[in-house]
Amino acid sequence: MSNYFFKVLRPGINTTFQDKGRFHMQHLGVTPGGCMDLKSFSIANALVGNTSNEGVLEFAYQGPLLKLIKGRTKIAITGNVLFQIIKSNQETINGECNRTYALDEGDQIDILATKQSAYGYMALEGGFDIKPFCKSVSILSRAQIGSNEGQKIKINDKINIKINSKNKKDFLTKFTKKNKSTIRVLKGPQFDYFSKESQKDFFSKEYKISNLTDRMGMRLEGTVMKNIVNTNIRSEGITKGAIQIPADGQPIILLTDYPTIGGYPKIANVTSVDYNLLIQKTPGEKIFFELIKLREAEQLYKGLLNSISEIIKNIKEIN
Amino acid sequence: MFKKLNNIGDCGIVCDFGDEVNREINTSVIKLFHHLKKEVLKGNLNGILNYTPSYNKLIINFDLEKINSSKIFDFLKSVDFSKLNLSQNSKKWTIPVCYDFEMDLENMSKTLKINKDEIINTHLNTVFFVYMVGFIPGHPFMGDLNSKLFLNRLKTPRVKIPAGSVGIVEKFCNIYPYESPGGWNIIGRTPTKLFNTQNESSPCLLSPGDSVKFKSISKKEFEKLVNE
Repeated sequence: MSNYFFKVLRPGINTTFQDKGRFHMQHLGVTPGGCMDLKSFSIANALVGNTSNEGVLEFAYQGPLLKLIKGRTKIAITGNVLFQIIKSNQETINGECNRTYALDEGDQIDILATKQSAYGYMALEGGFDIKPFCKSVSILSRAQIGSNEGQKIKINDKINIKINSKNKKDFLTKFTKKNKSTIRVLKGPQFDYFSKESQKDFFSKEYKISNLTDRMGMRLEGTVMKNIVNTNIRSEGITKGAIQIPADGQPIILLTDYPTIGGYPKIANVTSVDYNLLIQKTPGEKIFFELIKLREAEQLYKGLLNSISEIIKNIKEIN
Repeated sequence: MFKKLNNIGDCGIVCDFGDEVNREINTSVIKLFHHLKKEVLKGNLNGILNYTPSYNKLIINFDLEKINSSKIFDFLKSVDFSKLNLSQNSKKWTIPVCYDFEMDLENMSKTLKINKDEIINTHLNTVFFVYMVGFIPGHPFMGDLNSKLFLNRLKTPRVKIPAGSVGIVEKFCNIYPYESPGGWNIIGRTPTKLFNTQNESSPCLLSPGDSVKFKSISKKEFEKLVNE
């Protein structure tokens, strides 16, 4: 283990280590988990020159305040994030996302807030020195699984980092952000459980994201869906982005830390291409659902992956 | 054999074995699950990320960057069910349970009109089959209980049930791996850890398709095993 580390002066609301997730365990009740926003996660790692699945810090709304006690490192913050770097001489730098910054011993990084978005990421050159569980560092705090003993970051935690950075160059990438209120979905396995009128409403009425939203699920408020078959089904395996309708008729979208099996009918499933947009929406925002076909969803997702590759290819040194 | 194959989202597949819940159907689901898991771990279906059996469905999750549903459909359609085997992939377990930690035996005895000892003995004499594991890590759903013990969920679920609690509802028996809320009728508690992060190579005790028999232990033995 290296001797270089941060100390946590403020943990933030929900700060965890995440990579792409933990697979081949859903049949044992272990949800894949992993980063909420694959795009921001991937760009963060690429900026600091890491491999694509290196663990990063994910934060939500208010992020952490960290002090680099020993060592030198280079960080990149992605998402839409308000943050400052407080140098050891008290000089303050207002941070920009999607570029790297060198941190020297004694510097602090203060991640104040995510702006009009929910999740942000901090990657560092060489990565965090954390212990994976079953090939992933992703923290599933509900089941206390993952690095940091499966716990969210706490005040006074010591966060070890793998290398002492010697690289003096900084890098950035630029791209335009998309935002839209329409979320494209595919029909769910129990689509026919709902009345014709409800099916129509689902694709035309607005839904508001409620406060009951976290890494596991997003509860919506809007037109009640009328189930005409059965409000329960025999429990079956869950997929990310499944939109369940419990007996009260209000949709719940199952997110990255979803329960592995569930017994509510599923009217639809969010497409992979729009998942990153959806999870960045905050309580109070309104969304609409649009039905598309499978082949289109597959093509659109390929398009998203290509656009992420382009952004990564466009990483340039700052002169 | 599954009745139909469907997509679920753009990176999921449902192998649908029908709507009934019984050992025979679940056994078919689990045979396919074992076969698929073996193929994936051999590296034959690169891109498949998860395979989740439940009572009568097998859900497959995959990475759309590496594989698509039509390739997986082709694989599934080529499976010869007559050649799939259950026994060599399934384990038999004996799990200790202390019935002194029951919470509902008194009420159950009244509702079922069966005395407590008979409820316990019926539970002890049942060889349970693990239909599925999930919702949270390590949580087994096991059957089949004798129909004379069939009960509904509690009308008001408890806010807190201790980890290790053994509960029954209808023909099913479960064990709560973590302290959690719940509505099952609690008849005892096991000191055995169902999900142990200290054992990284095999953290989960029970797997779908395993069989389980319970063994009655005293409170003293329970305390001893808990501290081991």
